[in-house]
Amino acid sequence: MSGFSQLLQFALTGVTVGSIYALVAIGFNAIYNATGIINFAQGQFVVLGGMLAVTLSVSSRLPVLAAAIIVIAAVAAIGGLIEFGFIRRLRRPNVLQLIMVTVGLQILLEEAAMAIWGTDPAPPMPHFSGDSPIRMAGATILPQTVWILGTLAVVVAALAAFFRWTTIGKAVRACAANPTAARLAGIPLRRMVCLSFILSAAIGALGGIAITPMVGMEFDRGPSLALKGFGAAVVGGLGSFPGAVAGGMAIGVLESLAAGYIASGYKDAVALAVLLAVLFVRPSGLFGGAAAGLKEF
Amino acid sequence: MAVAIGIAAIAPPILHALGKGYHVSILVFTGIHTIVAIGLCLLMGYAGQISLGHAGFFAVGAYVSGILTTRAGIPPPIALVAAVALAAAVAAIVGIPTLRLRGHYLAMATLGFGEIVYVILNAAGSLTGGPSGFGAIPPIIPRFEALGLKGSDVTFYAIAWATVFAAIGLSSRIVGSRVGRALRAVHTSERAAMAMGVDVARLKLQVFVLSAILAALAGSYYAHYVTFISPTTFSVGCSIRFVTIVAVGGMANLWGVVGASTLLGVLTLAGFFGEMDMIVYGALLVAAMAWSAWRGSRRGG
Repeated sequence: MSGFSQLLQFALTGVTVGSIYALVAIGFNAIYNATGIINFAQGQFVVLGGMLAVTLSVSSRLPVLAAAIIVIAAVAAIGGLIEFGFIRRLRRPNVLQLIMVTVGLQILLEEAAMAIWGTDPAPPMPHFSGDSPIRMAGATILPQTVWILGTLAVVVAALAAFFRWTTIGKAVRACAANPTAARLAGIPLRRMVCLSFILSAAIGALGGIAITPMVGMEFDRGPSLALKGFGAAVVGGLGSFPGAVAGGMAIGVLESLAAGYIASGYKDAVALAVLLAVLFVRPSGLFGGAAAGLKEF
Repeated sequence: MAVAIGIAAIAPPILHALGKGYHVSILVFTGIHTIVAIGLCLLMGYAGQISLGHAGFFAVGAYVSGILTTRAGIPPPIALVAAVALAAAVAAIVGIPTLRLRGHYLAMATLGFGEIVYVILNAAGSLTGGPSGFGAIPPIIPRFEALGLKGSDVTFYAIAWATVFAAIGLSSRIVGSRVGRALRAVHTSERAAMAMGVDVARLKLQVFVLSAILAALAGSYYAHYVTFISPTTFSVGCSIRFVTIVAVGGMANLWGVVGASTLLGVLTLAGFFGEMDMIVYGALLVAAMAWSAWRGSRRGG
């Protein structure tokens, strides 16, 4: 393999991994934009999506599409329950309390996953359209990569359309921009917050379903997915959906290059070091505007 | 304080008389964790700075101590001092940029720090033994038998709990002093504290370094007590357990945190929660925060 095709191969792998982080980052942003909350249990939605999908499609032999619909509905319901059962019940929580509650929920969801599926990795889930690699310029990609990228593209397009053109989408944006004014205008703030949790959980589940055939899934993958997803969200500017995609790709490609050219054991540390560096130097993100761009779609 | 020291002093003979001498080792582990919790209590409760990565400093203490004694043949007490010094240096370097962050950013940055340490423990195999860790770490001082208890238990019991009480003494002096008042001011409003002439950044960093020193000290004790260390002990879950202890203890409540740490430590290690211990910690964390939000809203009117 020539140097160039090797580089291309690493970049393609990075883009695949990056789409995963981008999907997690979009999930973070969906809740952050409506509420200002960072949901530390975000990674676990992806895990639940992946594990449930394996159970339904492999063990129960459901067609992937049917399994996906059930899984997304189930995880979305869990997201809604988290808001309705916990977040809503907190009286005037401060940031520290919100962080710790979502950290606690992450633990509870993780332990629930362990109780249901055990500590072993999930059995392999078949790729959606076979696993014969597609060749291009000396590098190869799997059809599943196309599925993952497609999922990401559909999610981004659907969210953009939802927030720009639907009444509910506009209402959620109004809640983010000015909660008091939104309430005065008759928008049911609480319901919009609940909706953002449902939406975010659904996006996480969708991501989990798309990536599991390629990378497998384990009950305890949540925190590391959340950390890298948050890294992607921060690099791209917290709250920005296009930023999430760019940030995810940037971290994914860097990580893949580090794994290829330095040492694979340290690839996770590279992604985290990028997160820390961006946090320290430019917390408003590399791609976003200044701090004024926060909480904007 | 005197009562607590008294109870701590008579606990091993009583356990021994009851024929439960092996429970002393549970109390040793509990003491070690309590040292970390005291530091985190100062940082989170009094300075109001969250850390989801203190297992990282615990790991630095354990691994530096373990590596220096087994690979370089350095005597354990010197290795301990070196481990604590290195952790303090790491905390200072990490703390300067990190503590400028707030809220979610600070939480994620500290979580990221803990995870980086965890990755390094796993990846730097030639030094750390990788995922399977390494053993044969010598005890801090030669073992001696007392009261018929197993090997180093009594020695470590005395060392760990003496350190706990020293840490409590130091912390309560800090909390009651001018520095303590400044800390509470920082917690309430950084801007107001700054306006009153408090060097906020320096104060936060000092508390962060102190909490890292306590965590590393505990980590070093852990390595020399267990004599075998591997990365799983220092995972994100470990950091979250420390945070839960501080939350359950009432955040800015030194004795509450010590009590919560002792109670949770003994219950967990005695197998009271069975396989469910992480679920218990998660539920306690959520419940403690819901409770403090409820109380805060009542006080706020």
